[in-house]
Amino acid sequence: MSEIEMKVNGKSVKGDAEGRTLLSSFLREELRLTGTHVGCDTSQCGACVVHVDGVAVKSCTMLAADAAGADVTTIEGMANADGSLSVIQAAFQEHHGLQCGFCTPGMVMSAAALLKENPKPSEAEIRHYLEGNICRCTGYHNIVKSVLAASGQLDESGGAIAAE
Amino acid sequence: MPKDNGIGAAPKRREDLRFLTGKGRYTDDINIAGQAHAYFLRSDVAHGTINSIDTAAAAGMDGVVSILTAADFEAAGGIPCGWCVTDRHGQPMKEPKHPILAEGKVRHVGDPIAMIIADTLEQARDAAEAINVDITELPAVVDMSTALDAGATKVHDEFDDNLCYDWTFGSDDAAVEEAFSKAAHITTLELVNNRLVANPMEPRVAVGDYTSHNDESTLYTTSQNPHVIRLLMGAFVLGIPEHKLRVVAPDVGGGFGAKIYHYAEEAACTLAAKLCGRPVKWTSSRSEAFMSDAHGRDHITKMELALDADNNFIGIRTDTLANMGAYLSTFAPSIPTYLHGTLMAGNYKTPVVQVNVKSIFTTTVPVDAYRGAGRPEATFQLERIVDMAARELGVSPIDLRNQNFISKDMFPYATPVAVEYDTGDYHATLAKGADLADVAGFDARAAASAANGKLRGLGVAHFIEACGIAPSALVGQLGARAGLYESATVRVNATGGLVVMTGSHSHGQGHETTFPQVVAEMIGIDESMVEIVHGDTANTPMGMGTYGSRSLAVGGSAIVRATEKIINKAKKIAAHLMEAAEGDIELKDGTFSVAGTDKSIAWGDVALTAYVPHNYPLEDLEPGLEETAFYDPANFTYPAGAYICEVEVDPDTGKVDVLNFTAADDFGNVVNPMIVAGQVHGGIVQGIGQALLENCSYDENGQLLSASFMDYTMPRADDIPFMTVDHSCVTPCTHNPLGVKGCGEAGAIGSPPAVVNAVLDALHRGGHNVPHIDMPLTPSRVWSAMNG
Ligand code: FES
Ligand code: FES
Repeated sequence: MSEIEMKVNGKSVKGDAEGRTLLSSFLREELRLTGTHVGCDTSQCGACVVHVDGVAVKSCTMLAADAAGADVTTIEGMANADGSLSVIQAAFQEHHGLQCGFCTPGMVMSAAALLKENPKPSEAEIRHYLEGNICRCTGYHNIVKSVLAASGQLDESGGAIAAE
Repeated sequence: MPKDNGIGAAPKRREDLRFLTGKGRYTDDINIAGQAHAYFLRSDVAHGTINSIDTAAAAGMDGVVSILTAADFEAAGGIPCGWCVTDRHGQPMKEPKHPILAEGKVRHVGDPIAMIIADTLEQARDAAEAINVDITELPAVVDMSTALDAGATKVHDEFDDNLCYDWTFGSDDAAVEEAFSKAAHITTLELVNNRLVANPMEPRVAVGDYTSHNDESTLYTTSQNPHVIRLLMGAFVLGIPEHKLRVVAPDVGGGFGAKIYHYAEEAACTLAAKLCGRPVKWTSSRSEAFMSDAHGRDHITKMELALDADNNFIGIRTDTLANMGAYLSTFAPSIPTYLHGTLMAGNYKTPVVQVNVKSIFTTTVPVDAYRGAGRPEATFQLERIVDMAARELGVSPIDLRNQNFISKDMFPYATPVAVEYDTGDYHATLAKGADLADVAGFDARAAASAANGKLRGLGVAHFIEACGIAPSALVGQLGARAGLYESATVRVNATGGLVVMTGSHSHGQGHETTFPQVVAEMIGIDESMVEIVHGDTANTPMGMGTYGSRSLAVGGSAIVRATEKIINKAKKIAAHLMEAAEGDIELKDGTFSVAGTDKSIAWGDVALTAYVPHNYPLEDLEPGLEETAFYDPANFTYPAGAYICEVEVDPDTGKVDVLNFTAADDFGNVVNPMIVAGQVHGGIVQGIGQALLENCSYDENGQLLSASFMDYTMPRADDIPFMTVDHSCVTPCTHNPLGVKGCGEAGAIGSPPAVVNAVLDALHRGGHNVPHIDMPLTPSRVWSAMNG
């Protein structure tokens, strides 16, 4: 066990980690930030995606020790400063982009990373980018729609999409 | 103008606020002070005799609290099965004991042998490695087609063979012989309905807790039905009465059937917490989930369809081998029988239908309900064979369906397989689907694809399902060991707000949003005044939970009944306050008024009076405003719909791309169209997964080959197009107060045959006369079929 320090959602935090402790476990168990989820053990599902120094990372594939000193953002840090939902979060609610909510933190974090890289992604680009995030509930339809909406590409009636 | 409140509106989901901000509270988010962690040592062989388990070295390791084996559970019962099927000779099925931890033998890869409890999960895992288990391996039983052969290795030594039951249903042999002897054409289809893993994204978790001061056990678990778990575990496994056992299923990350059943780990953690004097937490890894969550489907079927010279369906006979796995999971025996055989008439007026099923024990993970449960298997074979017959006869699959559909003037319609459909209009749903999918324009699109070197195909399927599970008296006759009603308590607080406590459970379905719409509509108040409580046996009435698309049809009906009682009592109070006759009281927009006068009193004032009964008819009426209702449905509900899929096949690689998917469903009345559409989207994609990608496979030694997301292919965002879903065709259910039918499973039921029919249509258009390909239609299977 050794103590590591990092910045999480804008706050400096410290906690104990073994050499083998994953960043996902460190966030969930040590910091009790349970919004980051673990859905697999083969880095396939993306439920654990967080941002490390601004880059989307599957936190189950990174050792906590390797994130020491980094600036980490989790789903708990995504809302606006006044507590209201950010544009992406609000779009997921507006377009029913989540059902059970288990994949949602990872989806939102991945979508946020995509829109930072590519503010107006096409449907195909969204689908391709989210390929590493599995959702078993929504069939992705409303997730893709949510991301289109968050990037300002849907009108009020969902008009940019041919079929709904 | 769409409504913005009540039934038919699409308010944004309330649950989303916590899920979108990381504030959901799933079982794995629960950490109780002092908790220890459990790890299960599981069999890595499919079948074997346990000679010894040496835990001595492991027990002394750092942090180890306790190591439990079967001997520690001697006083406990086995995991019970909730359904007893009676075979064709009137005998009950064979029902082997399902021990919490393996007793004497292991029977599938993943069968738990020992439970290691330690301060940390890492310590428990390390200790598991130090346990020495001596097993003499026995031959695996994997292939159902040889499992019944004389001399086959037996999964359960106490039985004569591996047959759980041999069951027949529907028309008798003489009727079937006669129908087939008169046939002008017989189509025969042999198929495998592939074994699937439900894979909700949240793996299962169980946290057991015990408080000695009141001798109370609490289990936090990822369950679709906490009351059922409390009953099964308390009464049959651990011998804890309900008043000393609380089961909590908080936010649950998807279920799809896999979280219905009572699992060994739940009982083990509950008991271990008492034995160790510490809370005990177990979290499944995904690899562990693949070998311990109940699997789904896994049928081998031969079906025959007899048609007369005018292409009328005159007889159906189907024979299925259904895999039960090593032990009987909670609902397992009912899936290939009562949830499969009863749907074999489909949407058609075929007068003779016979269903035969042999259920078989194998050395594999138990198989039970997965989204649709039996109904997808029935729909798949039926909608495949109808397409096959159309191709053989050279008629349009749409015309052949329309010709044989039960028409809307034939309802209620009693099928030859015991159920009576109340309403439907299958011609309307198929016409709607064909219109939305622009079937008329398909040839032009196919020509465009051909110009690009691709084969385009169109596949149609029309499903029916029985859901709103289920009338208790009927299922009792069929062998269910439980009732299948649902419950609700509606509590009006003193200042007028309402809390609805439901026995159903939401794990993605959005009950916290939908159920208030129903109550708000009835009273005429804003939905924000209604709160839903679910998931905790301590504060909800006994209910059977959520599966079988039952929550709104059965649970919602219970809410309606309880709310009706509330309204009736509130009217009495209002009549007293306004000094009017009760019969003259009207409730509209949350206000009681006296008919024909301008007297009125607000909802909140009546509620307050119920709790501050200073001016109150105390001699006639109790104070308070809280009512409970239990609703037992009179029949199943029968949603139906047309599913139309358009694919492109790459003839060079066999790769299938789904280009368009259209669903035109009749769900009866719809409370929240946004949520209904979401349910259909999700179901369709699970069905596309079954048709094209997913396959759970074992090798001949019983090793699970698909034990992670690397080997078991789940649909990803880029495998799927936008879908067109419609539920504007409405024939309301006649026997529940909301007229609703249920929408949770439809997508997964209707889509697999539509996809397969589309691929075969594409091949046919490309000159490849391939009658059938078994799912999943991977590129290699499709390419081999084209080039074979
Ligand atoms: S938990 Fe990290 S990818 Fe699945
Ligand atoms: S919302 Fe349940 S897994 Fe995506």
